[in-house]
Parts: sequence; C-alpha cells; structure tokens
Amino acid sequence: MIAPPPSGPVPCARETALSLLDDMLRIRRMEEKCAELYGAGKIRGFLHLYIGEEAVATGAIHALEAEDNVVATYREHAHALLCGVGMDAIMAEMYGKREGCSRGRGGSMHLFDARARLYGGNAIVGGGLPLATGLALADRMQGIARVNACFFGEGAMAEGAFHEAVNLAALWQLPVLFCCENNLYAMGTALARSEAQTDLCAKAASYRLPTLSVDGMDVVAVHEGTCEAAAHVRAGKGPFFVEFRTYRFRAHSMFDAELYRDKREVEAWKTRGPIHTFSARLKQQGMLTEEQFLALDRGAGEEVARAVAFAEAGTWEPVEDLARDVHTPVVMP
Amino acid sequence: MTRMSYREAMREAIRAAMREDARVFLMGEDVGRYGGTYAVSKGLLEEFGPERVRDAPLSELGFVGAGVGAALGGMRPIVEVMTVNFSLLALDQIVNSAATLRHMSGGQFSVPLVVRMATGAGRQLAAQHSHSLEGWYAHVPGLTVLAPATVADARGMLAAALADPDPVIVFEHVQLYNTEGDVAEGPVDIRRAAVRRAGTQVSLVTYGGSLPKTLEAAAMLAREGIDAEVVDLRVLRPLDLPTVLASVRKTRRAVVVDEAWKTGSLAAEIVARIAEEAFYDLDAAPARVCSEEVPIPYPKHLEDAALPQAEKIVAAARALFGKP
Ligand SMILES: Cc1ncc(C[n+]2csc(CCOP(=O)(O)OP(=O)(O)O)c2C)c(N)n1
Repeated sequence: MIAPPPSGPVPCARETALSLLDDMLRIRRMEEKCAELYGAGKIRGFLHLYIGEEAVATGAIHALEAEDNVVATYREHAHALLCGVGMDAIMAEMYGKREGCSRGRGGSMHLFDARARLYGGNAIVGGGLPLATGLALADRMQGIARVNACFFGEGAMAEGAFHEAVNLAALWQLPVLFCCENNLYAMGTALARSEAQTDLCAKAASYRLPTLSVDGMDVVAVHEGTCEAAAHVRAGKGPFFVEFRTYRFRAHSMFDAELYRDKREVEAWKTRGPIHTFSARLKQQGMLTEEQFLALDRGAGEEVARAVAFAEAGTWEPVEDLARDVHTPVVMP
Repeated sequence: MTRMSYREAMREAIRAAMREDARVFLMGEDVGRYGGTYAVSKGLLEEFGPERVRDAPLSELGFVGAGVGAALGGMRPIVEVMTVNFSLLALDQIVNSAATLRHMSGGQFSVPLVVRMATGAGRQLAAQHSHSLEGWYAHVPGLTVLAPATVADARGMLAAALADPDPVIVFEHVQLYNTEGDVAEGPVDIRRAAVRRAGTQVSLVTYGGSLPKTLEAAAMLAREGIDAEVVDLRVLRPLDLPTVLASVRKTRRAVVVDEAWKTGSLAAEIVARIAEEAFYDLDAAPARVCSEEVPIPYPKHLEDAALPQAEKIVAAARALFGKP
C-alpha cells in the first residue's frame, strides 16, 4: 500500500523551505540533463539516476554541517552537489574530463571531493559502510566532534559489510549517521525478496542503536528527522540509523528493462513525487507563487547549462599521464 | 551447426543442464525476475520456476557459500556472481572452503560447484567494475578455472564443468556476450588449449576476452608478412602446457596477451613455463602484452590505453623479429 502524498502545512521557515525546494530542483534538472547526455553518448559507463529520491539527500544534507563527512554510493550525484561539489565539476567528471571532481578517472559512480569532505562515490554495494565507521573512529581518536553520514540503499543491508560496520560503530559508540535510502528495489530485487526482516529499523536496532523511519518523499520530514539523528551523533552519544522510505522513478541504471515492477506502481509513487507535492504545499500556504517556482526552475536550468558548457570545454587527460595517482608521490626531504 | 550469440549459448547450456539433471539449479543476484545482469538467464525463471532459478539478495559471501554447502549436500549448483569484482566478497568461501574441502577432509568431501562470473573491461565502468582477476583464482589448487572465449565453448563448457566432481570457476568476458558463432552438437573438453589460427613464425598465447583482439592482431601481422599462430588457453587451471609448448617450439617466438595487470599475472606464469621448458627452442625472449599497472580509468581514451589492443600485440610481435 502506497501512503497518500505528503500534505499539510510545512513546519519550517520560508527561507529554509525555498532553499530545500531549490536544491531538489537543481538535482532534478541536472539529472534529467545527464539522462539526455547519456543518450547522446557524452556520458558513458553506468549512470544511476536519483530522480524521485531528491528529498532524501536534500533534507538529510541540509541537516549536516560543512565539516561533516559524507560517504555515498554510485547513485550519488545529488549528494555530491549538496555537499558543495560544483555542478560544473560534477558534469565534467561525468564527461571524463580532467576538470572533473575526480579528474575524470571515476565518472558518474565515483564522485570525490576532499574539500567538500565527500569520500565517494563507491560502486561496491555496502563498500562505504565500514569506511564511514573508520572515518568516525578517526574522529573519536582525535577528539573531533563530527557527524560521519553514510548513505546506502536497503539492498546493502543484506551484505555482511552492513552488519559488521554497524556493529562496530555501536560497539565502539562511534559518530556515524547511517542513512538508508529505502527505494524498495535493489536492481530488480524487491525488498521482500531480499530480506527476511523487512522492518529495516528493527534489523538495525538489533545492534542497539537508536533508529528512526521517515517519509523520504517529504523533504521537511527528512530534514527534521536527520536533524534529530545528527544532534544525537554530534553530541557523542553514538551512531544512529535512519530509514528514508523513498522510490526511484527511473530504471536502476541505463541498462535496465524494468521487468520486475508494474508500471502502475511507478505511476502511483509519482503522485508522491517530492518536488511537486512540496511546491503544492508551499503554494497552499502562501510561501510560494508560481512565478517564484518558475524562477527557481529557470535558475536551476541555467546552472545546468553552465555546467554542461564547462564540461564541454574541459580537456582530456594526456595518455602519458595514464598511470598517475596510483601511489602518492614520495616527496624527498 | 547452429549460429547464436555467446549470451544465448550460455543460456542454452544452462537450460540443457537444468532439463537434464534435477539437481542443477541457478542462484545469484537478479538471475530471475530481472532477467540476469547480462541477460544470460532471461526466460529461465519462467521455464524452471523460482526454486531452481533462485534470486539471491546482495550477499555474495552468503550465497556463494550456500552454493558450496548445497554442492556438499548433493545438489549441482550453478552460482552466478555478477562480476569478478564482486566475487571478492565471496573469495573466502571459494578459496578457503570450495577449493580446500576435498583435501582437508582426506578425500571424503568433494564440492561439485560451478561459479560463473563476468569479467573484464571495455565498457567505461571504471575501477570497481572492470578488473580481470582470473589469475587470482588460477593461483589456487583445488579449483578448475575456465575462460570460454568462443561461442562454441560458451555452449559446451558448462556441461563438462557440471560433470566435474570439484569446483569450477567460469569467466565470461563482458565484451564477448554479443559475439556470434557456430555451435556444434556434443560436449567439449575442459582440459586442452586450442589453436585458433595456425601459423609458423610466432605464437600469440591468450584467453577469454583478449582472443578477438589477438586474432585481429594475427590478421594484421599476416598483412605484414608475419605468420602468427594463436593459442587460446581455454583452461586457466590446470594449464595445458603441452599445447602451448608445442606451438612455441614450432614458431620459436611467443607473445602472451592477458588483460590482467602484468605483475604476478597468468601471463607471467606462462612466460616462466616457456622459459623453463622451451628456453633453447626460442629465437627471442618471450614478450607480454598486459594491462597497464593502473586501476582501470573511466574515460574511453585512458581505458583503451590501459588495455591490450591489437596494435600493441602487433608491435610486440614485430619487435621479436627485430623490426620497429
Ligand atoms: C557487492 C556488489 N554486488 C553487486 C553489485 C551490483 N549492483 C549494483 S547496484 C545494485 C543494487 C543495490 O541496491 P540498493 O543497495 O538498494 O541501492 P539502490 O541502487 O536501490 O540505490 C546491485 C545489485 C555491486 N555493485 N556490488
């Protein structure tokens, strides 16, 4: 059963609300362009779109501080953007250009940015989880109060890496914020066909850490829930697990024929779409006019156009540099 | 003779095995409802049902290990791991259990397990989806490692692998799935290498996804007046050295082509064996064309530069004749 669309008054300041909406639009327009560029052969390899799930990264990352660490998956364009990686550097990365945030080496699945404290872009399902636990361990050992936010899909919760990483974080009371993006499918495998226990919070709670499940299609609910969880982690009270209930509107990647789900299910979920439901609520409340919405949308479109121009103008790494960055160069004293 | 794609050949092989033997079943991520990551298993769920075309969650260690257990328990599992990159999560069960149980138990327990996985680069999937780690598995006693490079082998090898009482790992290079070829009736052996092109002046020894590139290189060499023989290893463990050595003794020159990194590679093993066994038959030091020592990068021009290519094979072969 699909819940009714998020509705009712938006319990936050207008400025916050507009900024959340703006970021969701930026993600949406960027990714729609990516899909188009994929069709044109500008972006290659695997491309995993976040369309439909924008409220999750937006609400969650708005609840983080600039110095917090973020670990993400291969479906991480949105996370990179909101962590502060410029859209131009993201787009150049997708093109494989040297000006990309990973020097073009990683592509869509491997966006990294040390300055933005984004530790990837990991394409091994579950691969980021132990890494986040380790980043948190480093913080604890160095007396740094920081949240280490780790994003992963519900599919990753079947991997041993999830269980080992969460247990370590809980055992050692490390500052990790486990952010599960439950979009109900791991490629073609529905949650109920991959988990004996489909209550993900119950699963996580067995490691004795606090959990919370929020409507991942409601950006304000995501924001509030993450603020609460992040405050707990930041206060040194140990890890926290949040489940965001969401849905991906597009195929898993560009190679997916979507044989495993009913078109009607996708359409039903689209009625809960995070952008149109949120802007409708804001309009109802008098926080947003259609003109303001269009202005935000236009702004997002312009940013995308600039990013594409930047990527187009980018340069290819010379082949002579193929083997750089395999090891850190040793600087002689 | 029937013409089909490598993908169809693999599917037909699985289908035939499942029809023939009720103990055979297919298990892996998205093999059923999704239709298989590379569409190999498309349609099999409809024919055999979810009990025998078993979708597994993202739990590589768990379901590969369950395959080992099911094999011990009397079944004949075919476990599909999406790619060799993800098989690293299951390496423990393959190396520490599947490969060792027979020996550790003093010959009491065999593990008749087949693990299939995609391997290789060429699709701009970057460093976590593009590696060729066949050589790691070929390092391990107790495993048989196959690399079908032709459509006929894709069709024929599985039955032989299932008939083997011990674990067999099958590597399917992602660039081969769309290739087409003829398939003959009847089983193929999984003990011998094959000469794919006869020649007299240089032996090009390769396997898996590098075979098409190597055949292309042989054709280019022919146009330059160099007559190359192409040997397809087919079986990466145990290696069929007699076939390799017979070829090299005839041509007196060898180039080994391997998509893995050069250091510690299968190519290194083959060159060492040639040096040990046929040193005095050689007219030139053996050469290797492997991947550059770098995690495979995303952009096409860098990925191409990192991998063996026909031009590089031609250059390596030419150099053995003292030609630039
Ligand atoms: C260890 C591993 N196994 C399999 C894959 C192939 N794969 C990539 S994404 C994916 C589904 C993951 O689902 P989920 O964790 O729910 O995240 P989502 O893609 O839905 O965001 C699979 C099976 C992989 N990348 N890594």
